[in-house]
Amino acid sequence: MDFGGIRALDSLDLDVSSGEIVALIGPNGAGKTTFFNCITGIYTPTSGDVFITPPNSTKNVSLKGLKPNQVTEKGLARTFQNIRLFPKMTVLENVMIGRHCRTKAFIFGAIFRTAATRKEEVDILETSYSILEKVGLAEFANEFADNLPYGDQRRLEIARALATEPLLLLLDEPAAGMNPQETIELDRLIKEISNDGQAILLIEHDMQLVMSLSDRIFVMDYGKKIAQGTPAEIRENPAVIKAYLGEEVDA
Amino acid sequence: MVSLKDLKKGVLTSLWFVFLTFPIMVIQVDPIERTVQWRWHNALYMAIGTFCVYLLVKYYQHRKENQTTDNDKKEQTATLIHRIIENKVQRNILIGVIATIAALFPHFFSVYQTNVMTTALMYVVLGLGLNIVVGLAGLLDLGFVAFYAVGAYTYALLNLHFGLGFWTVLPLGGLFAAIFGILLGFPVLRLRGDYLAIVTLGFGEIIRLVLENWGEFSKGPSGIANISRPGFFGMEFGLEQSILYTYYLMILFVIVTIFVVNRLQDSRLGRAWIALREDEIACQAMGIDKRKTKLVAFSLGAFWAGIVGVMFAAKTTFINPASFTFLESAIILSIVVLGGMGSIIGVIFGALILILMPEYLRALSEYRMLAFGGILVCMMIFRPQGLISNIRRIYKFEKNNKKAGKSEISSATK
Repeated sequence: MDFGGIRALDSLDLDVSSGEIVALIGPNGAGKTTFFNCITGIYTPTSGDVFITPPNSTKNVSLKGLKPNQVTEKGLARTFQNIRLFPKMTVLENVMIGRHCRTKAFIFGAIFRTAATRKEEVDILETSYSILEKVGLAEFANEFADNLPYGDQRRLEIARALATEPLLLLLDEPAAGMNPQETIELDRLIKEISNDGQAILLIEHDMQLVMSLSDRIFVMDYGKKIAQGTPAEIRENPAVIKAYLGEEVDA
Repeated sequence: MVSLKDLKKGVLTSLWFVFLTFPIMVIQVDPIERTVQWRWHNALYMAIGTFCVYLLVKYYQHRKENQTTDNDKKEQTATLIHRIIENKVQRNILIGVIATIAALFPHFFSVYQTNVMTTALMYVVLGLGLNIVVGLAGLLDLGFVAFYAVGAYTYALLNLHFGLGFWTVLPLGGLFAAIFGILLGFPVLRLRGDYLAIVTLGFGEIIRLVLENWGEFSKGPSGIANISRPGFFGMEFGLEQSILYTYYLMILFVIVTIFVVNRLQDSRLGRAWIALREDEIACQAMGIDKRKTKLVAFSLGAFWAGIVGVMFAAKTTFINPASFTFLESAIILSIVVLGGMGSIIGVIFGALILILMPEYLRALSEYRMLAFGGILVCMMIFRPQGLISNIRRIYKFEKNNKKAGKSEISSATK
């Protein structure tokens, strides 16, 4: 990915398989969010490609050049680093928006409210509500989203992304700004979602969370991948330590 | 209550106003007599007046800050209409009362009043149409009157050249306007906020200027006369009956519009519009096709304007481009803003107030625009959410209830 003359992302390959939690870490400005924006269609990568393999099929589908909404339809759902909920909609409605790309009713369905539309609406409602129950926000279903405490807003973003039935869930710094208690709850929530077979790709700065959650970790710096492996391997990796703490100077 | 500091500030404010209004209020030049009159007493009135207004505003603020209980009461009265709507019996009574008034109105008031009411109802539909674009989808449209013009000219021209009747053209007018909505929508898909407003403003002017200058097509500024009034299965009406008939037709249109807009608002599409208004990037990331959603909003809004345009041409039997100026767009937008963005009841009230008030305050006609501006400024200060703000529908959901669809609709969204 190039921005004018600056190469923000350069040679990063990464793979996630279902039921796995993969973390992408790196110092500030390493290009993690740019990477997310590239694969979710907000930026079109200058070169390189994104493939997903839908279940029950072996064919790879390329996501390059698709618009963000098409990417979501294909099965990549994301949350944002700075929370982007719909503040003047209720919590339940926020999740219902996530169901949009899996439902069909349009102008005529909406006006005449046919049997199919009514059934679809009930479906949307039931699915959305059960997702809210899963993330523990069911009691706030009719609150406005911007009245929720910060940690709950983060959970709501995850719920909204889950409502799109993603193959891969992309979490951009889900623990940013959370207090330790909220982080522990988030840790539990992500593990629960993962146990349902959800593939998760996570950007995070909270090392404790990353180490406890992830099956594999990719480390990047200056747009390049510098290491990959299990949490234990990454902890010992000299390149990672160098990127985070700077080089040791021999006296 | 009012501190010395406030008083000082008040004196300064009134002095400032005296200075600002000095050229108009105090100096009077008589160019024939070649004299200058200094009307100092006006400066004094100005100072006293400003000071009093200042004190009033301060008092109001003071009360608002200190007496929270009083404030709560105020909020309750503000949501009185909401509470009535939530209560089924009260809602039905309200609807019944309004329906009776609407049905009997022409029998108690003069033909002139009925005509004024019909105009007001037309603005209700226009407001509801614009409400889709501005209130729900959050796309600021300053050229809405263009679609109104498209509808009106569709009927006028088809009637003039091909002799097509009102009922044939009615859907055509809406359709043409919707197509123009899409035409406008395409180039502005990437724009939002102020930039969008400027482009739509330009679009509105383009349509008007084309109608004004393309003489062979639209007969230019002299307009098109002798447009047929709406017929009723081939029956011809006299003038008075025709006005009555138009009035009832308009009532019917209003009911249909309210019904459709309400359903749209409560649908998957309506939610997508609101999401688009709230956060475009997140909306797209959640799988909503931004382009399609925006175009549908533009075309559906335009559709209603087109329908009302046809109605307008049929009602007045004469149209010319002067009826479709920017002021018209501004009034429709004010209706939506004054009533409350996204709120159907609010828009209805807004339209009735803004259209009927100038009619019944003819005595103040010279100060109409002044009052108009004043009302809008006061609105923005004291009730920025509009007269009757929109409340989101509350979804009640009970688990293990198979008939969730029935229990879900517990309150109307207005």
